[in-house]
Amino acid sequence: MATGREVQLYLDLLSQPCRAVHILLTRTKIPHRVHSVALRKGEHRTSEFSKLNPMQKVPVLVDGGFILRESDAILKYLATTFDIPEHWYPWQPERRARVDEYTAWHHSNTRPHAAKVFMLEVLLPAQLGVPVDRRRLDRALSDLDVTLERLESMFLRRQPFLCGDDITVADLLAVCELMQPLGSGRDILKDRPQLRRWRSRVQSAVGESFDDAHAVLFAVRDRHRARVIKGQGQI
Amino acid sequence: MNWTKVDFQMFVGVDGIGLFKYRCSQSVQPAPIGCTDWPILPGLPPGSLVSSCLVSCWSAMFVWVPGEHFGDEFGKISKIRKVPALRDGDFCLAESVAIMLYLAEKFQTPDRWFPADLRLRSRVNEYLSWQHSAIRMHGSKMLWMRLMIPKIMGIDVPKEKMDGALEDLNASLTLIEENFLQDRPFIVGDQMSLADLVAIVEIMQPLGAGLDVFEGRPKLSAWRDRVQASIGKDLFDEAHRGILGAQDSMKQLDPSKLELFKPKILRLFF
Repeated sequence: MATGREVQLYLDLLSQPCRAVHILLTRTKIPHRVHSVALRKGEHRTSEFSKLNPMQKVPVLVDGGFILRESDAILKYLATTFDIPEHWYPWQPERRARVDEYTAWHHSNTRPHAAKVFMLEVLLPAQLGVPVDRRRLDRALSDLDVTLERLESMFLRRQPFLCGDDITVADLLAVCELMQPLGSGRDILKDRPQLRRWRSRVQSAVGESFDDAHAVLFAVRDRHRARVIKGQGQI
Repeated sequence: MNWTKVDFQMFVGVDGIGLFKYRCSQSVQPAPIGCTDWPILPGLPPGSLVSSCLVSCWSAMFVWVPGEHFGDEFGKISKIRKVPALRDGDFCLAESVAIMLYLAEKFQTPDRWFPADLRLRSRVNEYLSWQHSAIRMHGSKMLWMRLMIPKIMGIDVPKEKMDGALEDLNASLTLIEENFLQDRPFIVGDQMSLADLVAIVEIMQPLGAGLDVFEGRPKLSAWRDRVQASIGKDLFDEAHRGILGAQDSMKQLDPSKLELFKPKILRLFF
């Protein structure tokens, strides 16, 4: 690791892919500085941020003059550039391919389906002041259930982690997406012991980095809970 | 240039509207079209030959009748039960992006496809990551809305849905031009890479439904011409013959054979 080298990370920990990158950085102790981009306040849509990322999304990594977007590209860049344990993104082609296989599948499966549940249950009602659209939510939960089934049967199977015996960046991406519905107090792994055990293994493997990254989400959960209770006239 | 002759199997299928054939030659060739979510159409002739993405070798192409990719045999090769799928000895792999990266790494293909330089490589990864939920989704959606749904469901997609989909597609195309290409000849630099390969096949999709995405986009058109020249015009044209003939192919298909698409269409589009 080059002395004095510190990567800049632009993020909002409410965002699932941001948390995945944050966990890798803190767990592997890659020197970094976090720049907060408050999505709730629309800071990702400012002209200044758009210069960093015209797609107006987080996370964004800046390493010297090099700007990189897209969490899976960032995770792979960090794993291959810095001197961190090899298991995060193995060099051996077959093992690496397993991680690439999951990260490709993730975009069209885990990410959209888990994010939709959070959006329908927390984001839209909070932003628009409307009740939860139950029909859309039921459909989203049904789609998510199919994804969880596939995650267990296609990727996890009898392995400790999604891509084999060791934790990889694939597990970080997946776990952060699957944590998101907790923002409304919903534990989508409640009835899935195999995935729950996997989540615990991931939490153990990353240590306090996990809770540090998820503090914002837990705060959202607590505020949401308070709003629901108040709405029910119990306060 | 040393080519490694290897023997592995590549399973490719048929996009929802046409047959993609590949010829093996000594030059670099397009990779199999990205994963298709849809069962294979019936009544197509058996495939003949397919080439690998980047290595000079022959492989066999299998064309399935509908449902075959749900069988146990194929399930052992592709756990996600989609095409393309790769089997290299005992190693099986799904997801077209993963397959291409694996081939590039394992068979030491020319550097420009997936550069060893980590920053250039990251640029390729950045595009490959972004495109899943952007151009890939938007391009395919246009094909389904303009061609497949009217044929299978017998109705036209409501105007506001179509307009919304077109807006999304245009936004993706603009991002490709202004962010990923900018003033460069190709996405990562002076030479074509896997990013351009994956990009071109997705951008060509809407043409299958008669939507010319290159019209009014001179930068994109010029890039397309460079990609075509880099791949080789004959091979490029052959690989896209299926998609460009999609409207004609669809006319010949019996809608009753496409019943199995209906539940998925209802879930995804309505």
